[in-house]
Amino acid sequence: MDATHAHDHGHDHHPSGLMRWIKTTNHKDIGTLYLWFALIMFFVAGSMAMMIRAELFEPGMQFMHPEFFNQLTTMHGLIMIFGVIMPAFTGFANWQVPLMIGAPDMAFPRMNNWSFWLLPVAAIFLIGEFFLPGGAVAGGWTMYPPLFIQGGMSYDLNIFAVHIMGASSIMGSINIITTILNMRAPGMTMMKMPMFVWTWLITAYLLIATMPVLAGAVTMLLTDRHFGTHFFNAAGGGDPVMFQHIFWFFGHPEVYILILPAFGIISQIIPTFARKPLFGYASMVYATGSIAILSFIVWGHHMFTVGMPAAGQLFFMYSTMLIAVPTGVKVFNWVATMWKGSMTFETPMLFAVAFVCLFTMGGFSGLVLAITPVDIQLQDTYYVVAHFHYVLVSGALFSIFAGAYYWLPKWTGHMYDEKLGKLHFWLSVISMNILFFPMHFLGLAGMPRRIPDYALQFTQFNQIASIGGFIFGASQLIFLIVVLKAVRGGAKATDKVWEGAEGLEWTLPSPAPYHTFETAPMVK
Amino acid sequence: MKIKRMLGSATGMVLGLATNLAHAAYELNLQSPETPIAGQIYHLHTLIMYVILAIFVVVFGAMFYSIYAHRKSKGHQAAHFHENTTVEVIWTIIPFFILIGMAFPATKTVLAMKDTASPDMTIKVTGYQWKWEYDYLQQGIHFFSNLSTPRDEIDNKATKDAHYLLEVDHPLVVPIGKKIRMLVTADDVIHSWSVPAFGVKQDAIPGFIRDTWFKVDKPGIYRGQCSELCGKDHGFMPVVVEAKTPEDYAKWLADQKAKMAAVVEDPNKVYTLDEMKSKGEKVYTTHCAACHQASGMGIPGAFPALNGSKIATGDKAAHIDRVMNGKPGTAMAAFAAQLSDTEIAAVVTYERNAWNNHTGDVIQPSEIKALRK
Repeated sequence: MDATHAHDHGHDHHPSGLMRWIKTTNHKDIGTLYLWFALIMFFVAGSMAMMIRAELFEPGMQFMHPEFFNQLTTMHGLIMIFGVIMPAFTGFANWQVPLMIGAPDMAFPRMNNWSFWLLPVAAIFLIGEFFLPGGAVAGGWTMYPPLFIQGGMSYDLNIFAVHIMGASSIMGSINIITTILNMRAPGMTMMKMPMFVWTWLITAYLLIATMPVLAGAVTMLLTDRHFGTHFFNAAGGGDPVMFQHIFWFFGHPEVYILILPAFGIISQIIPTFARKPLFGYASMVYATGSIAILSFIVWGHHMFTVGMPAAGQLFFMYSTMLIAVPTGVKVFNWVATMWKGSMTFETPMLFAVAFVCLFTMGGFSGLVLAITPVDIQLQDTYYVVAHFHYVLVSGALFSIFAGAYYWLPKWTGHMYDEKLGKLHFWLSVISMNILFFPMHFLGLAGMPRRIPDYALQFTQFNQIASIGGFIFGASQLIFLIVVLKAVRGGAKATDKVWEGAEGLEWTLPSPAPYHTFETAPMVK
Repeated sequence: MKIKRMLGSATGMVLGLATNLAHAAYELNLQSPETPIAGQIYHLHTLIMYVILAIFVVVFGAMFYSIYAHRKSKGHQAAHFHENTTVEVIWTIIPFFILIGMAFPATKTVLAMKDTASPDMTIKVTGYQWKWEYDYLQQGIHFFSNLSTPRDEIDNKATKDAHYLLEVDHPLVVPIGKKIRMLVTADDVIHSWSVPAFGVKQDAIPGFIRDTWFKVDKPGIYRGQCSELCGKDHGFMPVVVEAKTPEDYAKWLADQKAKMAAVVEDPNKVYTLDEMKSKGEKVYTTHCAACHQASGMGIPGAFPALNGSKIATGDKAAHIDRVMNGKPGTAMAAFAAQLSDTEIAAVVTYERNAWNNHTGDVIQPSEIKALRK
């Protein structure tokens, strides 16, 4: 061993260039890969949304055929869910879970590498569908048969892509659970874990429980398509509605998979910038757990119009309304944490406050939709589109922005451009409301979702929404600039970065060294 | 060129918006309810909005006061309280009771919506890609209901009518003041039969029959749309219901019966090629052109062309079989049950002799009749 090697670690011979990223087993590298992947996919699926809003700017068919429009809405949904929100949260988990619990890396570094590298494969399949004869999948991201059975070869590719993404998620979840349960620093009991770690632990269990269900559902679609089974074909003794039951048994927990890590990020950020501990840590943990458990018994509220018996409708209405209780506990806790704090409003906090406000708006419309008779009136209208974009854009996506601004200095060692960050925030939050708020009115007036053309009375609100959409889309380029600037340089970040920050990750230098916590820290 | 066109349409968009904003009718609430159920839904929604407004004021009030008053720039020092069991129990219990208050009236409405017992009349509606079929079970009449908006309006070549995309050739006609039970099903994929003013939305599921009901008190025309993604023309299969006074309804019913009697075709009649072609073109436009296109060219990759296709120019029997029995696993439906012998014979004749297809085959209704057995 020569002198330069002596202070290197034996396993630190990672290749440089492209091979560094392909062969990496380092949780920080893999976290970075996940986050870049999510950002690229965000622009891919976002540009589809721009095309959708352009077509919907006016009644009549302007730019595309109806079947291409359906492909856009379908792929926009699939990619945003499986290619943006989920990988972004997994990226956060990769970076932050080991740093926050004082672990040297994830429990299974090689599997970690594989979980990530499956995703670009699935993404290539999904995007590649557009270039197959007949185009991409056009039956909605929910893949309902018999419409899904009618499709061409892209539908098979789509099933394959869903399987790959499911495998990736399951492996990622096993990794996260094992890391959290086994690799916490001495003294870090479960009830001392940061909220972000708690929410991801619960999310990972949800993923393991539901991803195989989705895999089963799409496999049944595949065998119905090609191998003569009739799971979803009434003529052969099957039932198309059974697919919906199986799908939403996955789909509703999936909704919480997309929002629980967001709760975690927000629960880290608000105490930091309020300079005051989270108001009810224990009740936040219990609320997260309750939401996760309840999420398994509410799937029927996606299906109030299929004609289930009154007893079924009532059960799913009551169970759905019940979710408002733990969700309310969360919102009240965040407000109580801000109460009598000493708040400052840097970009992460701005996004966190917007999250609390606008996610609550999405919660309100969720309450409206929980009421079965009202849901039947609003099912498959733009009201539902407004509802889930309030919880997924101003909810999940804003929490991702908040978390990115919050931890970017720790990851890159540089402060991001606060002015640009604030500009990104204000443009996003205003245009987001211009984009989605009018959709409530469209839905109330009866405009169905997933239509490429609409009756004249819906014109005005659609135009307002489209303008909001274009501003929102353009604003996201600012985020890209902010991230690139912070990666390349900028003011040096301190170790603690934020005055009120607490937790193990802030005891490390900025940027966090390639290997951290090789000797476990002690937690009091 | 492309950029110029896009710029052009962008300018058009902005101008269009400006004029639209000038005389816009912004509907902010549910459509005005026309049935007792829709009325209950309307009031439920209003009730929930009041509950939400109250919660909104409390939560957002506290939050924005805090954001205003408890900021570092105003010199506010952070307090250090956390965990308070009393507060936490209170804010868990209160929402629970609010929810019970909302669930009670909602439950009553759910039960009322589900009560399809003892209807005055029953109509079966079947969803197809992309049209509705209404079957008056007791009156013995049935007809298809197709979008009647001209293609030119959709393609922006003609001015759009006031009821653009919400108009059909044959609306469902019902008498006022009667409890109408709708049996809802579908032939190919899942559709959803929906009329917002009635508070009715019922998915149409192939192979299963679900039911729903409405009773409308005011004569008028009520419009809705298919509310479950059903493929390419999902946005182009509206639901139109015309409610008539009992007298007008009786007149309409008699008219319909007379019309149906008049068009009963003799399946043994022998037609010439031209007769069949012109009959067939009508059938083609209504039932086939959505996918295979008026030009017979289909949509590459999605729907095959008939012009010059193997089936439309090859074996006659195979062609008839495809039209009657469809192609399982694709959007090609089985038309045997939808069309009469004459219609099937006509449309096959048309397809074999239209565009560049010149087989000269004339299929007679009797051939179809023989196949049905």
